[in-house]
Amino acid sequence: MAKRIAIECSHAISLAAKLANVDVVAAYPITPQTHIVEKLSEYVADGELDAEYINVESEHSAMSACIGASAVGARVFTATAGQGLALMHEMLFIAAGNRLPIVMAVANRSLSPNLNIWGDQSDMMASKDCGWIQIYAENAQEVFDFTLQAFKIAEDERVMLPVAINFDGFYVTHVIEPIVALDQEEVKKFLPPRKIPSYALHPDHPTTWGPIGLPDVQTELKRQLEEALRNSKTVIKEVWKEFGDMFGRYYDFFEPYRLEDAEIAILMMGGHCGTARIAVDKLREKGEKVGLIKLRLFRPFPDEELIKLTKNLKVLAIVDKAFSPGGLGGPVFTEVKALFYDQKIKPEIVGFIAGLGGRDIRVDEFMVAVERAKKVLMGEKIDKGFMFLQVRE
Amino acid sequence: MAEKKVFFKSLKDLPKEDFFVQGHRACSGCGETIAVRLIMKAVGPNCIVITPTGCLEVVSSPYPYTSWAVPWYHVAFENAAAVASGVEAGLKALMRKGKLEKKRIHVIAIAGDGGTADIGLQALSGALERGHDFLYVCLDNEAYMNTGIQRSSSTPYGAWTTTSAVGKIMLGKLQWKKNMPAIAAAHDIPYVATACPAYPLDLVNKAKKAVEIDGPAYLHVLTPCVPGWRILSNLSIKIARLAVQTGIFPLYEVEDGRLHVTVKVPKRKHVKEYLKLQGRFAHLTDDEIEKIQKRVDMESEKLGLGPRET
Repeated sequence: MAKRIAIECSHAISLAAKLANVDVVAAYPITPQTHIVEKLSEYVADGELDAEYINVESEHSAMSACIGASAVGARVFTATAGQGLALMHEMLFIAAGNRLPIVMAVANRSLSPNLNIWGDQSDMMASKDCGWIQIYAENAQEVFDFTLQAFKIAEDERVMLPVAINFDGFYVTHVIEPIVALDQEEVKKFLPPRKIPSYALHPDHPTTWGPIGLPDVQTELKRQLEEALRNSKTVIKEVWKEFGDMFGRYYDFFEPYRLEDAEIAILMMGGHCGTARIAVDKLREKGEKVGLIKLRLFRPFPDEELIKLTKNLKVLAIVDKAFSPGGLGGPVFTEVKALFYDQKIKPEIVGFIAGLGGRDIRVDEFMVAVERAKKVLMGEKIDKGFMFLQVRE
Repeated sequence: MAEKKVFFKSLKDLPKEDFFVQGHRACSGCGETIAVRLIMKAVGPNCIVITPTGCLEVVSSPYPYTSWAVPWYHVAFENAAAVASGVEAGLKALMRKGKLEKKRIHVIAIAGDGGTADIGLQALSGALERGHDFLYVCLDNEAYMNTGIQRSSSTPYGAWTTTSAVGKIMLGKLQWKKNMPAIAAAHDIPYVATACPAYPLDLVNKAKKAVEIDGPAYLHVLTPCVPGWRILSNLSIKIARLAVQTGIFPLYEVEDGRLHVTVKVPKRKHVKEYLKLQGRFAHLTDDEIEKIQKRVDMESEKLGLGPRET
């Protein structure tokens, strides 16, 4: 029976991986690792989880070992963060290109320098083009549910892609929250064991994997990945619906908040949506027509769904916890701007970069963002359409 | 003493069937593919092979062709041992949990010297320390041949490569070759051996023994490279033999920490017999050759090889 428990968000992921009965865990405790893999080590040591736990010597090897294990048909899990994800970068593309359904938790943290192990989304955003399904969670319940769902999505024969579950370093990873946990029987019903594919590495049916691909095949290979990732939206929807029907918690690509009659909406991903909601409430008390759109799915990007959701908005204030130096703003901001470029009816789109390296985004700062967005609506120009929200100048 | 088991008394005992098959795109006279063909015959079909980026990967797998009659996986350059760790762990977990039929499947990583002694050393060291049940083969052609003959830490002293140029003040590689088998043996793994295709019976028996042993095994194979060593394609086996007969590349096993020379060299030939056939050493002066000879004398003495021919 599902029961309500208090659990550290990191441990909620470990619990989900245990309930998913993973076969192999490969992990490296690079600064900064989380408690996710420590708890999994305890589960294995106590015999609660029957898995091979590979104490690899780097994050690069962590993903490499996950790739090897997934290629023989094992259900594979790992977790990383910040610098560790950056070290994995090369292998992320291979995991996706080889269509391996690995599930990875990413405790989003800043990249050096300075050595800063605190939260922002610059780690995953530096690897956003790796071909993985990328989901962003806000709280312990979401990370628990998303992790279980991720295996089902990843291993679906129509998908066969790795999934990254992102959640904020420290602000979410280290927080104890109440969740409704599922038990083993419930998970078994929702998530059967991984079916070993006929093409898995095995001497009974030899296959050649990862050959050298000359220019005559590379374009087609990349296009296949693009189609697989785009088509995965259907499966993500199906799996989230099935999960909702079974356990009563329904998820969508977005979670709108007080959006019905809103003219202005904050759009962002991750844990700070909680603070943004308080800002929305305060502004609503003042009579401002403000709402929030929490974005859960970054890849594949829910394009047409976002257009539909925002059709009545006048301004979108997009808060990014990462950016591309020398570029045109934060990753969600540039994505949304590109999406709306050829739309006839579109909101003003204003970008804010905030919450870097663990700097909290306070309620009043969200309110400042909304204020600036309103000014843009009145005709104020912001250079390139985006600004740093919290910088000391 | 460990059991002295001979798996193959002669090459005729090897299966006729090949598991690394013809049609690959290696150069004629390639020492690497000769070694791989023999190793695969010795190991048999019941295996999964992981090859990092390098000559072997490129010549054997231009999509949609393959020379591999066994399951084969190329992932990247620096991580063959890490991928092999995952393959081994995955098989182990799936078999233990009843998801895959229980049987011994040999996990074999076959890498080059760059993928082993340089960029892949960390992953290899990690996998050896963790004790995965797998065989790691280093095909040592003493440089990055696939990318155009660049120096590796396994390139010998004095050798010309495109990044250890022969110029007015520098004459090829300035450092001695990294002793990779000794590094592997320092992990206290059950089995380490050196081999070369000029002694095929020695090679196949070591390959077979290495996969049969429980736990990690390391096999370091000297594989002459026709374009990289600047040699004639009909001389690669002869040159490999001379590497052994001069004491430059001794053939031995290290079992449970004890070193045992498998191909005795009662009278060592002078190193110049080996060096003079190779264009990569053509610039060496007599003094340089004597310096190399002295080094080989010292190493040979440590291993108990015979004296030098006079």
